[in-house]
Amino acid sequence: MLAVNVEKTLGALKLAVRFETAGGATALFGPSGAGKTTVVNMIAGLLKPDRGSIMLDGEVLFDGAKGIDEPPHRRHIGYVFQEGRLFPHLSVRQNLDYGRRMRRHPRSAEEFARVVDMLGIAGLLDRRPRSLSGGERQRVAIGRALLMRPRLLLLDEPLASLDAAHKRDILPYLIRLRDSANVPMVYVSHAAAEVRRIATTVVLLDAGHVVASGGVELLDKASADELS
Amino acid sequence: MFTLSPAEWTAVELSLRVSSVATAFALPFGIAIGWLLARKDFWGKTLVDGIVYLPLVLPPVVTGYLLLISFGRRGPIGAFFEHYFGLVFSFRWTGAALACGVMGFPLMVRPIRLALEAIDRHLEDAAATLGANRFWVFLTITLPLALPGIIAGAVMCFARALGEFGATITFVSNIPGETQTISAAIYTLLQIPDGEAAAGRLVVIAIVLALFALIASEWFARRAGMRFQGE
Repeated sequence: MLAVNVEKTLGALKLAVRFETAGGATALFGPSGAGKTTVVNMIAGLLKPDRGSIMLDGEVLFDGAKGIDEPPHRRHIGYVFQEGRLFPHLSVRQNLDYGRRMRRHPRSAEEFARVVDMLGIAGLLDRRPRSLSGGERQRVAIGRALLMRPRLLLLDEPLASLDAAHKRDILPYLIRLRDSANVPMVYVSHAAAEVRRIATTVVLLDAGHVVASGGVELLDKASADELS
Repeated sequence: MFTLSPAEWTAVELSLRVSSVATAFALPFGIAIGWLLARKDFWGKTLVDGIVYLPLVLPPVVTGYLLLISFGRRGPIGAFFEHYFGLVFSFRWTGAALACGVMGFPLMVRPIRLALEAIDRHLEDAAATLGANRFWVFLTITLPLALPGIIAGAVMCFARALGEFGATITFVSNIPGETQTISAAIYTLLQIPDGEAAAGRLVVIAIVLALFALIASEWFARRAGMRFQGE
């Protein structure tokens, strides 16, 4: 279970966000500039909140009052970035293997093959990131985050940099991931259609605050508001 | 004919040894200082920046003299090294290497610093989320990505060391077989009658070595760059 209760001032944005999620795929949904990426960066440990706390599975990752701030490498949280952020000097295989090596897990050919199959990237293993298409790059990034065996998977607009065709390609993989990988997900997006297909819980964010949270039906109201 | 006398070979061998040792010992410091200047803001950074580039703008004789009074046997640092490590710099080839390292240092730091500044910090964040602590992030992400700059810096330092004259001759004099590098040997040969033919041979060697270093650095940098773009 993830419990987030954080405050952070970043330029003009005054962010105060509180939500809890039990598992499945939680979407942080809201317009650009609502502070979605900021929240996810704080969960990952890449950005320090001004105040508040972050708990994951009963473990305190951050507590401003107690001075606890676990560094990102000890949080065991997988992060799929909007731009992929694959390591350009490593092959796809080495990229996928990076988390396992850093965390000193034993090599598991079976696990590697399962993830590679699920994401359909078996043919890319010896290529360099530079030579991949946007969609391929994102699938490798998802595989890389999965193979570190995360307790939680953060996905920050993983489809935003892709064209419509590539989005359609990747969505099924994400749904498969949600249903089979058994890792809770926090999914950041400002695209209602995407969120509708992936999310099990929705947290609506606007101007640094949680406006509402609940099931996917929240999106209908949100899009109705957008229309009005 | 183009054959070198034993004395000329000695100068060539000494030059290569002095330059290699100077570059090898300067490199860890070059990477550390380059990293500090690229990544950290600290009190006195402008001063550190200035001191690093000082040998580039000071007259080499002044640098050599400063080395003499600090690293000479009676100098505070020189006495320390002799007492604790048995390492003597004055009038030894080690002193020549020190002078060359100091003179080449600014040329080494600059490309390393630029390469480190150009690295996308987001990649280091990504490595951290994958479980790499700061040491491993540096070793597996930062260093390989900065490699073209590090190679360029090392080659610039090596080339500068090969050509060093003023600081070396001031600090450790011009002793054949110990501190007489190619440059010093050429200078000496030009002072004596009939020395010009021998000097000419060393000049050719100097040109060949410098060209070779430049081509090698180009090749290494391209290879390192290719790793990011290839299939």
